Amino acid sequence: MTEIIQSLVDGVALGSLYALAALGIGLVFGVMRLINFAYGELITAAAYTLLLTKGLPVTFRILLAVAVTVALSLIMEFVFRPLRVATPATMLITTFAISFLLQNVAVLWFGTQGESIGFLAFLNRAFEVGGIRIRWITLVSIVVGGVFLATIAFLLDRTDIGLQMRAAAADFRTARLLGVRATRVIVFAFILSGALAAVVGMMLAVQRPLATPTFGFFVVIPALVGVVVGGLDRLLSATIGGFVIGFVTVMLSDLLPSDGRVFLNSVLFGLVIIVLLVKPNGLFIRGLATGERL
Amino acid sequence: MSIRRAWELIGPALLVVGVALVGSVTSGSMEFQFRVVLVTASLVVALHVFVGNSGVISFGHVSFVALGAMSAGLATTPVEIKSRSMSELFPVLADLQLSNLESLGLAAVLGGAYAFVVGVPIMRLSGLQAGIATFAVIIITNNVFRNWDRIGSAARALGPIPETTGFVQATVGLLLAIVVAYFYQATRHARMLRAAREDPAAAQSSGVNIYRQRLLAFTISGAMAGLSGGLLAHLFGSITTEVVFLDLTFITLAMLVVGGIGSLWGAVVGALSIAGLNSFLAEAEREVTLVGLDLDLPSGTRLVVLGIIMAAVLLFRPSGLTSGRELSWPLARRGRTAPGG
Repeated sequence: MTEIIQSLVDGVALGSLYALAALGIGLVFGVMRLINFAYGELITAAAYTLLLTKGLPVTFRILLAVAVTVALSLIMEFVFRPLRVATPATMLITTFAISFLLQNVAVLWFGTQGESIGFLAFLNRAFEVGGIRIRWITLVSIVVGGVFLATIAFLLDRTDIGLQMRAAAADFRTARLLGVRATRVIVFAFILSGALAAVVGMMLAVQRPLATPTFGFFVVIPALVGVVVGGLDRLLSATIGGFVIGFVTVMLSDLLPSDGRVFLNSVLFGLVIIVLLVKPNGLFIRGLATGERL
Repeated sequence: MSIRRAWELIGPALLVVGVALVGSVTSGSMEFQFRVVLVTASLVVALHVFVGNSGVISFGHVSFVALGAMSAGLATTPVEIKSRSMSELFPVLADLQLSNLESLGLAAVLGGAYAFVVGVPIMRLSGLQAGIATFAVIIITNNVFRNWDRIGSAARALGPIPETTGFVQATVGLLLAIVVAYFYQATRHARMLRAAREDPAAAQSSGVNIYRQRLLAFTISGAMAGLSGGLLAHLFGSITTEVVFLDLTFITLAMLVVGGIGSLWGAVVGALSIAGLNSFLAEAEREVTLVGLDLDLPSGTRLVVLGIIMAAVLLFRPSGLTSGRELSWPLARRGRTAPGG
């Protein structure tokens, strides 16, 4: 029983991390129809910022990490402007090219070896409740994840700009015709999504304290899969999709026999294919959404 | 066949022969780089057969390359080496011994068969869903090859594989890919598929079975990708699962998009230019003399420069270098360009 609860707790922790990344991807997709592969490099940038500020006060490091990712996210927004009229294929490959470029800049700058970040490492200590060991970072992940999801839900639900973002996500052209300023909404989405990248980067930096050029890339891949599996057309479904991927990953790795654990990815992505076949518009989208079904 | 139509085949083929001729007079590592370019281009042409005609992005094609490379490699690695270093292999694989050409045939057949099996469910999907599903295929393929030591060398390098992909084999392989792509493009199957790319609803209501046409293109393209994999294994002389994974997936897709999705000419131009640039930069990292100018780049610059150029082309010329058009007959009257694909 305690083992099951332990798995559940770990699953929720990884799930909330992926959910935040999925939300970051979903926010931008909503207003621009752009899947940003380079989102991982924002997370990586947060990690490297923490690395370069090693030894400085924690608050300063946190603020600087957020500033760097938001700035980088804004630069990306500017660079991606020509893509607003491009075909989905070109968009996808271009953001990948940017991701590839940034990863290799990191390789050139820092090398592939990976360096220890040293950020709030004490959060990796665990405390025990009724036989279940919970690391502080698990608790922090869940709380921070919850707080940010709630904050963004509030922003989208209760503020003007949030309303405009939702309108743009639902039907960009009509929203523009009704006076929603496209660039403003897109810029705002990139700011939020950049800030989220910093949060994800910081929480990851505690758990996997090695800054490498692919630090964020391997978080964004499952998050992105989660976004599509959950359902791209709505922010909530995309976020839940991210959560589910993280949760299921942990569940599977605890369920699989020890010699089968290396095939975790095969099982996980096999499930992804099945879900896509059964519910191509997303697990958490009810009925037929706008997407064509051919 | 009018000269204008034939030119769409002859033009790319001439370019390839030209590149091969230039390459064949070089030597050493430069010569090797030219062969890498030719084999990579054959993979991009394979990718074009599906992606160009259907308009659906496939992240999964390197799975077929991987299967082709691993099977061709395994079939030509000496039996005594296999029994020594890969003791867990299934007996049938441990005893398998094929010639160079047979192993390439095997790679193509397996690539096509795998694409068909995977395509049966996945070709029902469109757009991003199809993209993610094919992405799942490459992840699974890599995961299995990397960890299952009964079908290969798992995480270690497979080899030594006879290095039989010389200039002739690399060039013939690419020309074969171009010919297959050209003749497939001219069939009514490909026409129906392109109709579905332009307007799925209209195509469907004119009686096009989109699923079937996609599956056919995916299978042909998978067989071609398998063959490229075989060529690749015989080029490098050893192969690891990392070589045929995400980097190759994205770089070949980028070549296709840089050239211009939708035309064979675009696939060939994109592949030759980006792969050529890649190879040139790889040489430049080891110092190269270009028109009396000594170039010596710090290692690692190659991928950064490549990334910048790819991103720049995609951002400022999103329809690619050729705008997705076929090569038009140079003596045609001005202002008449054949519409692409």
